[in-house]
Amino acid sequence: MITHDEVVQLARLCMLSISEDEIENFTNQLNNILQYVDKLKQLETTDVEPMINVLPLQNVLREDKVQACLPHEKAVANTTAIEDGMFRVPSVLE
Amino acid sequence: MFAKLTITAAADKLAKNEISAYELTEAALKRIEETDEQVKAFITVTKEEALKTAAEIDKKRRQGEKLGVLAGIPVAYKDNMCTDGVLTTCASKMLHNFIPPYSATVVELLQQAGSVMLGKTNLDEFAIGSSTENSAFFTTHNPWDLQRVAGGSSGGSAAAVAAGQVLFALGTDTGGSIRQPSAFCGVVGLKPTYGLVSRYGVVAFSSSLDQVGPITKSVEDCALVMNVLAQHDPRDSTSVKLDTADYTASLTGEVKGLKIGVPKEYFGEGIDPRVKAAVHKALDVLISLGAEAGEISLPLTEYTIPVYYLIAPAELSSNLARFDGVRYGYRSEADDLEAMYIKTRSEGLGTEVKRRIMLGTYALSADRYDDFYLKALKARTLIRQDFDRAFAQYDLLLTPTTPNVSYIKGEVKDLLTEYMNDYCTAGASLAGLPAISVPCGYVDGLPVGMQLIGKPFAEATILRAAHAYEQNCGLERKLPTLNEMGGSPSEQV
Repeated sequence: MITHDEVVQLARLCMLSISEDEIENFTNQLNNILQYVDKLKQLETTDVEPMINVLPLQNVLREDKVQACLPHEKAVANTTAIEDGMFRVPSVLE
Repeated sequence: MFAKLTITAAADKLAKNEISAYELTEAALKRIEETDEQVKAFITVTKEEALKTAAEIDKKRRQGEKLGVLAGIPVAYKDNMCTDGVLTTCASKMLHNFIPPYSATVVELLQQAGSVMLGKTNLDEFAIGSSTENSAFFTTHNPWDLQRVAGGSSGGSAAAVAAGQVLFALGTDTGGSIRQPSAFCGVVGLKPTYGLVSRYGVVAFSSSLDQVGPITKSVEDCALVMNVLAQHDPRDSTSVKLDTADYTASLTGEVKGLKIGVPKEYFGEGIDPRVKAAVHKALDVLISLGAEAGEISLPLTEYTIPVYYLIAPAELSSNLARFDGVRYGYRSEADDLEAMYIKTRSEGLGTEVKRRIMLGTYALSADRYDDFYLKALKARTLIRQDFDRAFAQYDLLLTPTTPNVSYIKGEVKDLLTEYMNDYCTAGASLAGLPAISVPCGYVDGLPVGMQLIGKPFAEATILRAAHAYEQNCGLERKLPTLNEMGGSPSEQV
């Protein structure tokens, strides 16, 4: 069971602010879902390897050489806050 | 009649100069203009660019340049695929203003093939959902009955093809998002094997599951589009290097001796008996053509949805962490950085997206990781083994695509009921297998889809079987009569 306080904490981890009503809804809904997925506990998986990826690919690398990339002005064109060609964010340091 | 036109037929007319790409594009734009107020498939229509591209294709053709079969063919892209210079929203307020600086590989490939982009289609926000009711902008209506959902998340793409607005469209499929709307809208939809088609430039939902695939009016059209899409892409590290295949060459009509497994778990009590009957009838057609069928069991099927609803949200919660208001998309100003992140995300993301981010974060949290996320990954191994066992005996598996036909908008309110939409499709996704949905009949005038699941990279086999069925099923290819639609269930032409 997930509690009201855990949902508040979870929202904070997800960088989300949710209203008191939403907390209540999410608590109920998440509990329903968790109760449903709980049936996985019935499965015996002691010696089973977890599947991270269905493909046998590992460490796909390319040669370390300079390739064409996005020009600076295109790379920053989608931000609404820019200063001297850089992304501007609120002050982080006191 | 434009609305019924397949790629194959249009390409023939273009090659014989019976029609120009410009005229074809004009016809598509006219159809969109006439019908999209009702269907609401498109978020963006790229009229000017489309006419310009079409004119260029015509010019090349006049100059005798050798053009591919898709040259001049109108296409639409699900709005989670980046299109250079063209708004790409993911149907989210978070990306309401996002203009990508580059195109997805699949978009580039179709551009090189000469296809004409008509616009970007609606989806559930960030492809999360199965009805487009989670779109931040509007819900797409099923062309067969405007009161009903088109399915999702690629609902806009499936509805646009079904309504005859474009000749084909691309969708993405994570747990059924190409196949389910294709079934609901009576069109053909293929989710390729994981790794066959590049995801570069496609906004990620669940990286170990997402695949791009075509939505078309016929199996042959599907094969034609796959001939262009199935290419190795060095920019996607999950893209597999294979020899180039000619999928149309596999459409021989021959299914004699093909072994079809029918997993009994996909015909259980959760499936509408009328859907089951339609799918069984389709199986009979394949048997009459010489295929051999046998019932099998995939005992892990009941764990598919629990595994899917842990893995997909876990990966989603990580993928959507990038939306923070700094580099692109929606931003809500605040005094400090963390407050800016929180305000931006809280205002920019929809409820279902938030719910799944929280579910995924919970499954990944230190206390819960072993019980939920790791457990799901192990169960995923077992699910794949289930399929491997079946494929040791059979060449392909045949199931319904969806438990029922399309439902009335707003009717499904319970989350778990909505999640069961993926019951028949999520298994092939978790196992990374190719699967196609093909129309196989009607229930109350609404289309039913049959799903064929193949071995890894055996797209040619499922296309061959799907094509043989389509050519011999005796089903009239119906089209919804959009022009007379007044909201009542529509009849065929």
